[in-house]
Amino acid sequence: MVVGELTDDEMDRLFHALADATRRDILRRCVRDEPSVSRLADDYPMSFAAVQKHVAVLERAGMVVKERHGREQLVHTDPDAVGRARRALDRLETAWRGRVDRMADLLAQVPHAEKSSPSTGHGA
Amino acid sequence: MSIVSVEKDFDNLSLILVADFDAPIERVWELWADPRQLERWWGPPSHPSTVEKHDLVAGGEVAYFMTGPGGETSRGWWRITSVDPPRSLEFTDGWASRDGTPHAQTPTTAVQVRLTARRGGTRMELHFVFASPEHMQQLERGGAFEVFPQSVGQMDALLAA
Repeated sequence: MVVGELTDDEMDRLFHALADATRRDILRRCVRDEPSVSRLADDYPMSFAAVQKHVAVLERAGMVVKERHGREQLVHTDPDAVGRARRALDRLETAWRGRVDRMADLLAQVPHAEKSSPSTGHGA
Repeated sequence: MSIVSVEKDFDNLSLILVADFDAPIERVWELWADPRQLERWWGPPSHPSTVEKHDLVAGGEVAYFMTGPGGETSRGWWRITSVDPPRSLEFTDGWASRDGTPHAQTPTTAVQVRLTARRGGTRMELHFVFASPEHMQQLERGGAFEVFPQSVGQMDALLAA
């Protein structure tokens, strides 16, 4: 509903992938760089298997792609998926721009009874 | 004209929106605090919203549904974190399935609303953070959603009447 271009399943995977701080950190590093899974594993206080799982979640969400390079598996971002997350925020922005406009319209419509007397609001 | 700034933070999946209104703070607060006014701006014109439950206290809930052009409905809920009229409101916003059960998988959004009187009008600052499914599970364990089947039942009764 929020992200019109994604199916529910795709959206679930995307947000599940981004809901974890380690995965967001891995994703940030993959935007800047193309680290190997083993190099990522060295940098987090968790097992190689645990890091591999995080990478797999990002991969299923279509956010990163693993590529075999000799004996190493390099991880890099899928620019399309990063773009989808950006569009999720864009959608939120669009929805709220509409809401703020409607709020302003409502505020302009409803008469302010309390403004009718200029003598109120002073003293007290 | 109302919107002063919009800042998006991709790293933290957050968005900050600032808007100025030419109305007193109490009046702007009513747009949130009065369910009949809330339903006039929450849904886009193509998807008008109906607020079924509106309990604006810490731990309370707001339940609503939006009706699309083809008559299809989508349900949403807020879980209120804190309220300080007319200055601030914090809640988690999420979607529910047709029977009113909150979706365990779809993302929720943490929303902070701040109102301040400013130059005869009101500044509204909104801070949104996409929250995690883990957060959602915590809410569920806390029994946050018992109310939904009940409110849906009430609505069905109204529709049948």
